Amino acid sequence: MKEAHIVVKNLTMAYGSFVIQRKLDFTIARGDVFIIMGGSGCGKSTLLKHLIGLQRPVVGDVLYGNRNFWQADDAQRQAVMRRVGVLYQSGALFSSMTLAENVALPLTEFTGFSRSEIRAMVAYKLALVGLAGFEDYYPSEISGGMQKRAGLARAMALDPEILFFDEPSAGLDPVSARLLDDLIVSLNQTLGTTIVVVTHELASIFAIGTNAVFLDSDSKTLLATGAPKTLLAESRDPRILRFLTRGEMSAAPVAGVQVP
Amino acid sequence: MNSKPSASDARIDWQDDGVACLVIEGEWLKHSRIERSERILTQLRDTPCSRLVVQTEGLTDWDSRLPSFLLHVIRECGKRDIPCDFQQIPAGAHDLLQLALAVPERAGARRSGKSPAFFHGFSRYVFGLVNDGRHLVVFIGELVLALATLLCGRARFRGVDLAIFIQDAGPGGFVIVSIISLLVGLILAFVGALQLAMFGAQIYIADLVALGTVREMGPLMTAIIMSGRTGAAYAAQLGTMTVNSEIDALRTMGISPMEFLVLPRTLALVLMMPLLTLYACLMGIVGGGLVSNLAFNITLIQYYNQIIKAVDLYDVSIGFFKSAVFAVLIAIAGCRRGMQCGRSASAVGDAATASVVDSIIYLVVADSIMTLICNALGI
Repeated sequence: MKEAHIVVKNLTMAYGSFVIQRKLDFTIARGDVFIIMGGSGCGKSTLLKHLIGLQRPVVGDVLYGNRNFWQADDAQRQAVMRRVGVLYQSGALFSSMTLAENVALPLTEFTGFSRSEIRAMVAYKLALVGLAGFEDYYPSEISGGMQKRAGLARAMALDPEILFFDEPSAGLDPVSARLLDDLIVSLNQTLGTTIVVVTHELASIFAIGTNAVFLDSDSKTLLATGAPKTLLAESRDPRILRFLTRGEMSAAPVAGVQVP
Repeated sequence: MNSKPSASDARIDWQDDGVACLVIEGEWLKHSRIERSERILTQLRDTPCSRLVVQTEGLTDWDSRLPSFLLHVIRECGKRDIPCDFQQIPAGAHDLLQLALAVPERAGARRSGKSPAFFHGFSRYVFGLVNDGRHLVVFIGELVLALATLLCGRARFRGVDLAIFIQDAGPGGFVIVSIISLLVGLILAFVGALQLAMFGAQIYIADLVALGTVREMGPLMTAIIMSGRTGAAYAAQLGTMTVNSEIDALRTMGISPMEFLVLPRTLALVLMMPLLTLYACLMGIVGGGLVSNLAFNITLIQYYNQIIKAVDLYDVSIGFFKSAVFAVLIAIAGCRRGMQCGRSASAVGDAATASVVDSIIYLVVADSIMTLICNALGI
């Protein structure tokens, strides 16, 4: 059994009195490529917000290692967040800064590197995401896919232990999406980074996921956890199967489970 | 070799056959002190070698710092066509370097950091101004066309929008206009009265305040307030819409943004600003009255009678006309800067700033011209 990196315990998420998901229990192990999947509007992105500290759970806890994230004080929370990188859906680059300045920001704020060393580090991170030479461009001057990759370079700036991706392949062509998947896998394998991906892109779910959680918007809770391929092979829940086969499954409805 | 494993170091061993051996030792982590990594690069630059081999037997631990340094070294060698052998470094770092080198730099992507020469920069500035002027003329032309469609009754915009803008540009500005014009009236009265009192002509404070506010200060102060309050808001609204591609969306729907966005804003300002100006004049006169009554012993009846003699309908209508012209100028400045806004968050801020600067320049220039014309015509 691998060491647990993030543990979610009895988590209930709600906006006001509108409950999104209740009673979520799952564990993300160190070194996993963990997929959060489910149909549109089931609360995948909301779950991500709870994991990265943007939204406080109504009930339940999120544990980073042994530390209870939401019961820690602000300083401890910031210390946890500094070990975490997030790639937002559209990159969320600071539009008034060049790519180099975007990537350099966490480096200048949180490390004591000299300027030439920061420059070398920025060049390396941008080269990793295939953007060598684009240091002096502003986000508005490059394409959406490039913005996303630059966002990844910024998320990786401090060598985080955990990288979160919100819909990494949204808005990318299949080839770029594939390249991004490859990049995610090689980061995971070479650096041992734990990766958490919110997505509903089947191709990348099967290509990169080693573990996953499946959220359902009707029952408002998780239906299954496990590796995506195992889920496809072994799950008997028609809702999961229909999702994982793009609704093309031909299996007869399983007795006892109502097809909604 | 590993007597001090914690010492992080990089050095170059020169071998006889011209092969340079880059030896990397110790801990290469974010917080490690690595003294000589800078010097390596200058050494490589100064001394020719036929090949570079990277050796990492003494390396204990590493993170991004190692590949970023090696990438820099590899790039430096690449510029001089020195082959670089980094087969012996840890597998993870090797993979990451391969990944970083997988996509070659796109030719021509890199920008030179050189700042342009003075005359180059100056000429660009001048051409920028010329372009800006051309854009302004085009914008005014489009606005006139949109007005023409409005007069034909075919302009497309939503009545609700117009109502909201009227609410915002009129009643919304009430409080600030009240305060500012009252105070301006007070100040005018004070400054004038101190001079007039020397001749014993305090009663003419009323003339000074009334004519000053109705013909000049009322319209101008209201316009300056509205350019900061409403003009800048228009620039920010339209700028954000540009950033979100909302203006593109309107265009592709076949709805002219001039009619749909600029026209209702302009109309709202043109309808509301003259009324606000009248109100501002009233407040200014009240302020002057307060001063003359409290500080210079003029009764309010005297003040009132003097004002009725001093101000006629000509003066009021000139102020009214001026403020309508100012309204158009503020709307043009705000909407134009918003529509030509760039596509980033800071561009929205720049647009708002530029709109206020523009409208104040337009206001002062237009006011001077109108005052000169009034003088020449003797009204």
